This record gives sequence, structure tokens and C-alpha cells, in this order.
Amino acid sequence: MIAYAVSDTWALVGRHMRHIARIPEKLLSITLMPVAYVVIFGCLFGTAIAVPGGDYREYLMAGIFTQTMLSNISNTALGVADDLGNGLVDRFRSLPMSQPAVLVGRTVSALVLSALSCTVMAVVGFAIGWRVHHGVGPALAAFGLLLLLGFAMAWLGALIGLLVRGPEAISAVAFVIVMPLTFLSNAFIPLGGLPAWLRTVCEWNPISAVIAACRELFGNPTALTGTALPSRHPVPMSVALTLVVIVVVAPLATRAYRTAVAR
Amino acid sequence: MDIAIQAEGLRKRYGDHEALRGVDITVPAGEVLGVLGPNGAGKTTTVRILATLLEADSGRASVAGFDVTKQPRQVRGRIGLTGQYAAVDERLTGRENLRLIGTLYRLGRKAAKARADALLERFELTEAADRPVKTYSGGMRRRLDLAASLIGEPAVLFLDEPTTGLDLTSRLALWEMIREQVGNGVTVLLTTQYLEEADQLADRIAVIDGGQVIADGTPDELKGKVGGERLQVTVGSRAQLPEVVRVLAGVSAGSPTVDEAACGVSIPLLDGISAIAGAASALESLGVEVTDFGVSRPSLDDVFLALTGRSAAPVRTP
Repeated sequence: MIAYAVSDTWALVGRHMRHIARIPEKLLSITLMPVAYVVIFGCLFGTAIAVPGGDYREYLMAGIFTQTMLSNISNTALGVADDLGNGLVDRFRSLPMSQPAVLVGRTVSALVLSALSCTVMAVVGFAIGWRVHHGVGPALAAFGLLLLLGFAMAWLGALIGLLVRGPEAISAVAFVIVMPLTFLSNAFIPLGGLPAWLRTVCEWNPISAVIAACRELFGNPTALTGTALPSRHPVPMSVALTLVVIVVVAPLATRAYRTAVAR
Repeated sequence: MDIAIQAEGLRKRYGDHEALRGVDITVPAGEVLGVLGPNGAGKTTTVRILATLLEADSGRASVAGFDVTKQPRQVRGRIGLTGQYAAVDERLTGRENLRLIGTLYRLGRKAAKARADALLERFELTEAADRPVKTYSGGMRRRLDLAASLIGEPAVLFLDEPTTGLDLTSRLALWEMIREQVGNGVTVLLTTQYLEEADQLADRIAVIDGGQVIADGTPDELKGKVGGERLQVTVGSRAQLPEVVRVLAGVSAGSPTVDEAACGVSIPLLDGISAIAGAASALESLGVEVTDFGVSRPSLDDVFLALTGRSAAPVRTP
């Protein structure tokens, strides 16, 4: 049973990897965009924002890495909705294959793209002065955490794709989710200056926790002054919050898939 | 296994809309059942329930000897499904599509490869096999889709409007390929809006409307229900129609029907061909200009009209 699920997932990951090879534009969007963010935010905002205890570019990088993981929401949602709309989901569901493999194949493929984005961003970040200060082990742990978040966001995207379906509607829903997650967080600014209630909201945003944890693991300035649990223990809290998202969303998406048929 | 598909009392409701209101279907192994009906009649819902994609609210169904709700995996291992749109991955090549489906059908990598090659050959797609599907024509996509549904050599094949939107040549080619599967002993459930398609391919026809099977039988039995042969006369000018109607009414017990636009009159031939001679001589003595004179058998369109009181969707003749 498990062996079949793994081999079916593997076959579908192969399908998605072929897509990337066929549509180089897709590759551009997941590599060039983050690079543009690094350069634009790093070089422009870097001159205007001061971070207590460090350099803004170093502070910024974890924010950009994390923000890029959020793009898995719309990418996965659009892919799933496309499969649903053109009848492929009907076909998969009529095959004697492992049914969860369809969504797992999708989300695992999203991880491959995320890893690629991270690599490109890290190289560009290094070029503009970002450094890792605590050695390779913690840095790899930070990237592991980023990919875990990317995985969670891909599952969220799968759920949205199955429920929302239309590409325009998906873009709108993804925007409504990604905007507050990104900007009600410590991605671009330290939270120290915010009103207390807003700071609490931002601190409990799982995205903030992941960003803070990455900063800690990279040895970059964290500028953490908050008292909320995720600010005091960013690494364990970020892992916990991300796992909660996966544990809630993945079964919901799997259930939505089981009853989804093309309309 | 004598009965390949059996459905009893299938019901399905979407909100206020009752899509199926108790559908009963029986298809003996090796036969082709044509499910005929207009858009929204419940054809696709029926297929989806039988192909394990959808659960019925009530009723039971078994396919290839397995219950569709209790043993979906066993059912899936024995069916092929071709839906209304070609369900293939546009960005992969034809060969990659078939290999992927073959792998997911648990054929094993090697067997999936061989089977893909054989099907590409059979469906005349070998030349296009290594091109992305998005470069294919509509007919090629449908052929690839049908090939994909045959990957696992299924015992039961569901074809949901397999030729909708295809041009004449592609339709004829697809019909030929479907007949070949039937020749191999595959049981087929085919839904269609095209009367001619059901007439051409099906051993038996179930006419479905408003979520219920309203008639079933062989094409000939259904045609028999509407009445037998009719004599059809077309005259040169509309002014002569009343005269012709009067004369023809005298030679047959049935009452004539008039098609003013076509200048045509038809009467049922209740007592066989004897009326034909009478009609011919009566028309001759009347001296009207007859442009067409012939016997027609009822089409399935007539059947549909008689059963439902309306025509069967957009009728296209190939």
C-alpha cells in the first residue's frame, strides 16, 4: 500500500518536473522574482530602514526567503484547478492508483521548486552582502524549516484550488491570504514600534515565527523585542505552528479531492 | 460474469436539483449500451457513479462484478473512462501521457512503456507521439484519450460523449476504434446526444430524460414503438398540398402529417406496401408534380420526439 503510494507519487513528481522543463517561463517566475525582491528591497529599503543591532540586508533575507514560500499557495492552487478543470482529476480518480498520491505529488513537486528558489536567492543574497554566521548545520536547518513552510503553503494552495477552481478567483483568494501573512509580519520591518495589539497579531503570525527562527539560525539580526511565545522561542514555535497548518489543511485538501469532480 | 454493469434505483440530488431519480441499467458482458438523452438528462452523473467518481445518494451499482461504493479499487482496476473532454496532460507528449497512466494503472514501468507504444501505433499517433499534446488536433486528443482509457485492457469501458465536437472524419475513425474494442469482448457504456451514434454503435439503447430511463430496447424495438414505416411524398408546389393530403388520407388508415416548409406529406403505412401502389396511382390521376416519393423508417430522433415530446438536442448528421 505504502510502496504503491510512493511509486505513484514519484510518477506524478516526474510529470511535474517535465512541466518545468516544458515551460521555462515558470522557472523564471520562481527564480527571477525572488532575486528582484532581494535586490529591490535590499538595496532600496536598506537605505531607509534601520534595524537595531545589525545590517538591514542581513535582516531582510529571511523575510524574502519566507515570502517566496508563500508563492506556493497560488502556484499549487492554479495547477490543481487546471487538472480539475480539464478532466485529469476525473481520470486519476478512475484509476486503481493511490489517490492521495495526486496531491502529495503536487506538493512535493512544489518543494523541489522552492528548494531551487532558495538556492538562487541565497547566491544573490551572498552577492549583496548577506552572510550565515552560525555555520552550515543551523543554516541547513533554517532551509529545512523554510521548505516545511513551503510544503504547508502548497497544501493550503491545493485546498484552495479544489474549492475555488476559477483562475481569477484563485488569484484573488491567494492575494487576500498572502498579503496579510506577508505584511502583518516581521518580514520587512522590526515589530518593536507597532502598537501592542497589532504587535501581538504579527507575533502570532506563523510567518513571523518562521522568519524569526531563520534569522536566529542564520545568525542574522532578529530584532525581537516581543513577549509572545513565538518571539521568545522562534525555532520550536515556528516548527509547531507550521506543523499545525499541515495537520489541519492536508486532510481537508485530501477530503476535498476525494469528492471533487470536473464541472 | 454475465452482467457487466448493473445499476438499481440510482438517485442523486444536487441541492434542489434531482439529477437522477431512480436509474436502472443492466448491461450483459460484451454488449454496448447506448445511453441517449439531451443535456442535463443525467447521463454524465450516471457514468460518474458507475466509474466510482461520485457516490449515489441511494441505490446500488456493480461494475465487472464489484460494488462501486464498497469495492471502488477493484472496479477501477477493471474499467476505462473517457470523459467529455480529452483528459490528458497538454504539456506532456502523447507517449509520456500514456506511460504515466500505464504506470499509475500499475502495469509496471516496462509494460507501461510497451503498452503505450502499441496503443500509439493502433490509434495512429506514432508520428505525433513525441510532440506535446497541446499541438494535437481535437480528433487526435480524443484518440489519445481513448487510448489512455484502454491502457489497462479494461473489461468495461465508459465513454461519455466520446465524439462531441469532432468533425466527421474523426468521428468515423473513433467509431471504428470503439467497434474494435467491442470486437475484443469489451463491455461498453456509451452516452451520446447523437441518435446516429447510438444507432451505429449500440446493441441496446436506454433513453434517459429528467434523471430516469424512460425507454430501453434495441434500436429496432425503439423505432417500432413509434410506429412502423411511413410513406413520404414531396411535391413541387405548396398549393398542391391540400389535394395531396386528401388523396393520401384515402389510401391509409393513419392520418397524414404535413411539413409545409418542405412541401412534404407523410402517412403511416399501416397495412404494408399495398398502400404505396394506391398512393402512386392516386397522385398520378391527380396530376400533381411529385418531386420525391419514398418509404422511410423512423429515426431515433422520431423515437425521442415521441417519448419526450421534444427533439433530442442539436441533431447533427455526419
